[in-house]
Amino acid sequence: MSAEFIILAIITIVGLTTPILLAGIGELVVEKAGVLNLGVEGMMLMGAISGFAVTVMTFNPWVGILGAAAGGAAASMLFAVFVLQLNSNQVATGLALTIFGPGLSSLLGVGFTGRIVMPFGSLFPASLAKDPIWQLFFGYSPIVYFALIMVPLTAWFLKSTRAGLILRAVGENDLSAHSIGYSVRKVRYGAIAFGGAMAGIGGAYFSMVITPMWAEEMTAGRGWIALALVVFAGWRMGRLLIGAYFFGILMALELYAKAAGFSFLPSQFWAAMPYVMTVVALTFISARGTAGSNAPACLGKPFLPST
Amino acid sequence: MRIKLEKRREPSMAMLVVTPVVSVLVTMLIGIVVFDLLGIDGFKAVTDIFITPLITSYKWQDVAVKAAPLIIIALGLSVANRAQVWNIGAEGQYIVGALCATGVGLAFGTMGGPVVVTLMVAAGVIGGAAWAAVPAGLRTRFSVNEILSSLMLTYVAGHALSYLVGGPWKDPEGRNFPVTAPLVDSQTLPVLGTSTVHLGVLVAVILPFVFWYLMSRSVFGFQVRVVGSAPNAARHGGFDGKQTIWLAMIISGGMAGLAGALEFTGVLHKMDLGFASGYGFTAIIVCFLGRLNPIGCLIAGIVLAVTYVGGQMAQTSVKIPSSTAGIFQAMMLFLILASDILVRYRIKLVKGAVA
Repeated sequence: MSAEFIILAIITIVGLTTPILLAGIGELVVEKAGVLNLGVEGMMLMGAISGFAVTVMTFNPWVGILGAAAGGAAASMLFAVFVLQLNSNQVATGLALTIFGPGLSSLLGVGFTGRIVMPFGSLFPASLAKDPIWQLFFGYSPIVYFALIMVPLTAWFLKSTRAGLILRAVGENDLSAHSIGYSVRKVRYGAIAFGGAMAGIGGAYFSMVITPMWAEEMTAGRGWIALALVVFAGWRMGRLLIGAYFFGILMALELYAKAAGFSFLPSQFWAAMPYVMTVVALTFISARGTAGSNAPACLGKPFLPST
Repeated sequence: MRIKLEKRREPSMAMLVVTPVVSVLVTMLIGIVVFDLLGIDGFKAVTDIFITPLITSYKWQDVAVKAAPLIIIALGLSVANRAQVWNIGAEGQYIVGALCATGVGLAFGTMGGPVVVTLMVAAGVIGGAAWAAVPAGLRTRFSVNEILSSLMLTYVAGHALSYLVGGPWKDPEGRNFPVTAPLVDSQTLPVLGTSTVHLGVLVAVILPFVFWYLMSRSVFGFQVRVVGSAPNAARHGGFDGKQTIWLAMIISGGMAGLAGALEFTGVLHKMDLGFASGYGFTAIIVCFLGRLNPIGCLIAGIVLAVTYVGGQMAQTSVKIPSSTAGIFQAMMLFLILASDILVRYRIKLVKGAVA
């Protein structure tokens, strides 16, 4: 294995990791607020089409990213209204969003199929990323750096700010937070919107950076891996980052299995690997019994104040 | 004026029946408005999707054939959901069921007949149940969340399908396409006359009544309902939560496997990548629209099948994309979930300021 190959592999892994990392950060915040939104896949697809459509229309990928965040957040608000206002079952409503997202994004995407945008490529000038080693640091789309910055930023927000403390309080004990005067619904609306925006940007990574074009159901189940990632991480941001890269490596295996001489096994074996390993990883985490200890106490439960 | 919610002492039976109907009607209304806004003849689109398949007699067989797998999968899921077990991997169990039936069919070569077909279908049930047993075991033994594990296994099943039809089971005379050789006639389910209505449709009509009897008249049905609605009471009553999880997963997986085997032996007769058509996910909508009631699942399965058939018709008649039916299906699920509040609460208008 040459140095170029390793560098190329690392760049691939970073690319594969970024969408699930972004969606995972968002979902972690949502779950910390006590809400389980299973609709990540639907929000990612809405982000993918919104980001792509806005980029096509404005010729500006930066505006496109805002569009992706808005698209994901708008989809999440649909979930939020049903869950927070009408106390509908969170699991089933999240599933509804998962079914709704592919449908609506395909409908919106009809006019955009077959079109191509300039990939939302390197943040830094190409001259800086000419050398393979430098490319390793300066060769990525702005979305990659954004994801990496959001990890410590969100961790800091949750841990050290007043708003983060309130958010966690709402997730741990909604009735107590309510009784001392915090608006549980408002906090949860905010968290769900953030989760939607992050999932939207994660989805847009597919349509604006990887391909860069729109295809139906292009996120291919990555939203579900992001959900598993949150459990895997035990609701901790640092572990989320590690977990995301672990899954990124697994997904890269499929692409590199042949090159690395693993062709004695069928390609589908490697393609199924991330999903199998997700189950295996969840089993190890759950069996140790430590996963539940950090889970927000109100996760997935409806908020029913007596007054 | 403001709206006040008052909890009902018992869920309203009337609302339980009325709300699914209203959800479908509201979905149609929203559809008309949204399509008109998009510059499409909304009334025509919605009647094409929801009404035309019902009043066009030659479309009835399509509706029946599409409804069969939806009803059968939804029946199993309704049992699981009643026990508060979330099997969302029915799609994977459906695929594995069909693959097991394929395997048995291939093992018998050109041998057929009722016994072989029965064995194929039985293999489908066992395969689906076995695929669902994995999340059941992981949940009861290691407390792994069954939502995630059952869904992950759906992707694994999809890749297994891709491997088998593109590799060991590929039709040698299939011009190298990833598809299995078509079943010999004696390995397929009998059909009604010259129609496409196969024996599996009859199964889909009979099973809801069997499930209705099981759920409402047997100790098992009582156990499932108690464990789902009052886990603590169930423990005191001596009902085993773990056993209920196992049963819920095995039954829902087995039914999905049955649906897959029937679809393969009754409709498609060969396996290719297109087999993963999303019935396992649509069945989730069916079971909620049917209010987790077996007879409700029968009716809801027909409604969803109508939207599939109608969606295809509307594709050509008013030029809407195929995904539109999916939007309507999801909208129905949203509305039915939202209307739950009417079942559990009484809505009152109260005069006065907001408290």
